[in-house]
Amino acid sequence: MSIKFEKVSYTYFPGSPLEKKGLDNVSFKIKEGQFIAIIGHTGSGKSTLMQHFNALLKPSKGRIEIAGQTILPTTSNKNLKELRKHVSLVFQFPEAQLFENTVLDDIAFGPKNFGYSEQKAKEKAWTWLTRVGLPKSVANRSPFDLSGGQMRQVAIAGVMAYEPDILCLDEPAAGLDPRARKQMMGLFSKYQQEGHTVILVTHNMDDVANYANDVLVMESGKLIKHARPAEVFKDRPWLKEHYLEEPKASLFASKLTNFTFSNTPLTIKELVKGIENNLKE
Amino acid sequence: MSKILIGRYVPGNSLVYKMDPRGKLLVTILFIFIIFLANNWVTYAIITIFSFLAVAATKLKAKVFWDGVKPLIWLILFTSVLQLFFTTGGQIYWNWIIFTISSYGITNAIYIFIRFTLIILISTVMTVTTMPLEIADAMEWILTPLKYVKVPIDKIALVMSIALRFVPTLFDETLKIMNAQRSRGADFNNGGLIKRAKAITPLLVPLFINSLETAVDLSTAMESRGYRDGANRTRYRILKWSKYDLYELAYFIILVLLLLVFRTK
Repeated sequence: MSIKFEKVSYTYFPGSPLEKKGLDNVSFKIKEGQFIAIIGHTGSGKSTLMQHFNALLKPSKGRIEIAGQTILPTTSNKNLKELRKHVSLVFQFPEAQLFENTVLDDIAFGPKNFGYSEQKAKEKAWTWLTRVGLPKSVANRSPFDLSGGQMRQVAIAGVMAYEPDILCLDEPAAGLDPRARKQMMGLFSKYQQEGHTVILVTHNMDDVANYANDVLVMESGKLIKHARPAEVFKDRPWLKEHYLEEPKASLFASKLTNFTFSNTPLTIKELVKGIENNLKE
Repeated sequence: MSKILIGRYVPGNSLVYKMDPRGKLLVTILFIFIIFLANNWVTYAIITIFSFLAVAATKLKAKVFWDGVKPLIWLILFTSVLQLFFTTGGQIYWNWIIFTISSYGITNAIYIFIRFTLIILISTVMTVTTMPLEIADAMEWILTPLKYVKVPIDKIALVMSIALRFVPTLFDETLKIMNAQRSRGADFNNGGLIKRAKAITPLLVPLFINSLETAVDLSTAMESRGYRDGANRTRYRILKWSKYDLYELAYFIILVLLLLVFRTK
């Protein structure tokens, strides 16, 4: 199965003086089961695009096929639960969505909404509580007593607990310390390897280089590139022209003017290998 | 910029936008009083023409004003109909138990209809061309005399401005949390009353917590930038009278004079 956008446009406040194009004629097709990154500047349409994945926003024009369902401008707001069970969104700073008395109840909120029995929901909650890396001892505490990083983990566990086929994340690691960031990205990567689709909206090019196998680049509501990371980061002038950064590894490699690299290294591993090859010669 | 647009403000650039909010607010309030000067067809025609010219001067689409009148249209019609059936006097055309249609009733109903509609139109002219924060500033100015009777106008104005400033923030936050909970399968639109009331908990709790956090952050930010209770403050938005306010004043005075001349004594 694949996710298909066909000429999707979205207009904010149509017909008013504040009218603004959020998405402009966006078309693409991505295979499910991949780790997909969406990059672009603030206001480029990334978040608007993301909210189309589970029909929080519906296209003003065009059609979307996702998780076996079709979303059209005319799609009714009712009966979207089935879609949202399969396609889930984690917004920026998701710790803002916590509300239950205990951590465990909060994680079980999603599963219960999507038809899991009380007991099954609790089971799932326990599983994901540990999978996101929280200690078991926090289960019965109030989520508001936890540290910011732990609250984030609870929120993410709350979305992953019903195991959506497609998991969309908007800057999930923003504001986390490097260790927590690495741990969290590892979690998503593992989730994808278990057969799910992960869509990551990010500004961090190292995350893109390390984890993604497909990249969508947005600018002013338009999709300006859809390619593999190696392809996207290969074209340095193009990146400059669109004010996009490159991963640290490739930046480092570009400063090593005495060295030659057969392929631009994107990750630390590739960089190390490239340097070793150069030193051997 | 969309974040500062709340209430019914519609961005624009006509004459009315250049007027000082204090003048607009005062004229709007006075308008509600002077409309009672009209008491015959000529004066009602005059005030109607003046009002529609004011509407036209905003250079906004008619729909903006229709949206202002629409929510109240039933109230206006209801009041007019009451006048129609319960006013007696003049020639009586129809009578049934306590209901009467008389010539006085008909004119009164039409007068009431015009009065109501014009008041709403004129206040819409003000609210769509003036940003809420400007209105708050204007209100502060109008209330200034109360300072002399020890009413803490500065503080009231600050509270008002902060409240207005955070309406859009709160609105954004609500939308964000609703979307997050919808993604987790929450349903805000379906089900009976009890189910809906329950569905609102996942929205209200985060919203309260968020608001409290924002309030604490804001007070810290204000204090660290030197805000002290009771200190005299300079202001960021300084209101200035301009020639446009003179036009406005002249327009208003001409209207009042015409009404005084043509009204039935």
